[in-house]
Amino acid sequence: MNIGSKLSKTNLVYFDNSATSFPKPPAVVDAVVEYMTQAGGNPGRSGHRLAEEAGEIVFLARKALASFFGIKNPMNVVFGPNATDAVNTALKGILNKGDHVITTHLEHNCVMRPLNRLSGDGIIDISVADGDEIGIVSANEIGSLLKPSTKVVVINHVSNVTGVIQPVREIGKMCRSKGVILIVDGAQSGGIVPVNIADDFIDIFAFTGHKALYGPTGTGGMIISDDFDHKILRTLKEGGTGSISDKIEQPDFLPDKLESGTMNVAGIAGLLKGIEFINSLPEGVNSALSHKLTLQKYFIEKASKKVEGFKSYSQTGSPGITSFRMEGFTASDITQQLSDRFNIMSRQGLHCAPSAHQKIGTYPEGTVRFSFSVFSTIAEIDYAIEALKKIRNRNA
Amino acid sequence: MLNKGIILFHSSNYAMWADNVLKKKNIDHRLIPVPRELSSDCGYCIEFENNSAAEVTKLLKNENIEFDRIETI
Repeated sequence: MNIGSKLSKTNLVYFDNSATSFPKPPAVVDAVVEYMTQAGGNPGRSGHRLAEEAGEIVFLARKALASFFGIKNPMNVVFGPNATDAVNTALKGILNKGDHVITTHLEHNCVMRPLNRLSGDGIIDISVADGDEIGIVSANEIGSLLKPSTKVVVINHVSNVTGVIQPVREIGKMCRSKGVILIVDGAQSGGIVPVNIADDFIDIFAFTGHKALYGPTGTGGMIISDDFDHKILRTLKEGGTGSISDKIEQPDFLPDKLESGTMNVAGIAGLLKGIEFINSLPEGVNSALSHKLTLQKYFIEKASKKVEGFKSYSQTGSPGITSFRMEGFTASDITQQLSDRFNIMSRQGLHCAPSAHQKIGTYPEGTVRFSFSVFSTIAEIDYAIEALKKIRNRNA
Repeated sequence: MLNKGIILFHSSNYAMWADNVLKKKNIDHRLIPVPRELSSDCGYCIEFENNSAAEVTKLLKNENIEFDRIETI
């Protein structure tokens, strides 16, 4: 199946979909415009028709996300600006003085920095699971780090640096059996690999809307397991929710408890269409996944053969994410030349994940990262490989 | 005889959920602004024909949609 042929593009090649997906499906764009021109009320506040229409958009998005990620209660879908905000809300809302947290080397700074802050403030202590040579951790390894005070395991589901997929279900099963809360950073897994919060024993799944769910930036949040007791989550923000307005106490029910202030309804309208777009693929998220696996395997195998000095730091089987270097060139030089001379967009450096680069031996220089979307094509990869060869030859 | 029912929710998020479920079951209803005499909330509640009260209540309970109370007017 050639999903990429569904959307015509200019001669621009965009391989930075792990930063944000581009382009967005036309229905996503149309929904944002429609909200701003036809249905622009404030959901849950006023009682007029436009407020109702906005409220319906938000509800339908909750329902679509609940179904997409395998929970029953749409009220357990909490919207926020992004996955970083969700991870912060979860960690800082749950952890108390003396708690122990287990994480991995492959975390993004959206996990590492809040943990570092909590540790620096003397609130928590942290254990970091080493994993195997590419950073994959096992339930046994996580289990070996458990202490009586372990409250949370927080794990990056899919590495934004290498595309390594962690065995979340196995880890989740172990956590559930020990009464430890599992928080998953799903910024690079939502819409990329199938996620079922119930089957995977996840308590809180932080998602972003603007990457592989093909929504606008500024959308994301958390999906909370039907079984999770949200009463233990302290709020970090309080404010207007449109509910129990006669009281100055924050509501204690979801999603209102965690959704103070007017939300990004224009973005959520687009996000709903992004999810519908993935669901419209013949096998939903599995179609998106197999397309990216095919592209990634093709890129690594062909570039390894055709581009002298090419070294991949990702393995085939990573869902469309490849970190690489080319001997004799800095990552930033390659990225700049790809952009300036060939109109190919990629990302260089540490990808906000210094610890992950330390793990794979590419710190502090970093790597070039190509990250594909359902719209990426083999022809674009062939063009990029030719570009890498030209960069290589001119500077040889 | 009282002929309208009003379902009051703790939050408009739940009203939107109930609206979605009642629409699917073709139960005649509409979202209306919360009457001040019934509640201080800012958002909406659902008004329906009171002769479907039993069915409405059953549906909300089956779907686990929490609501504050049902009033008749």
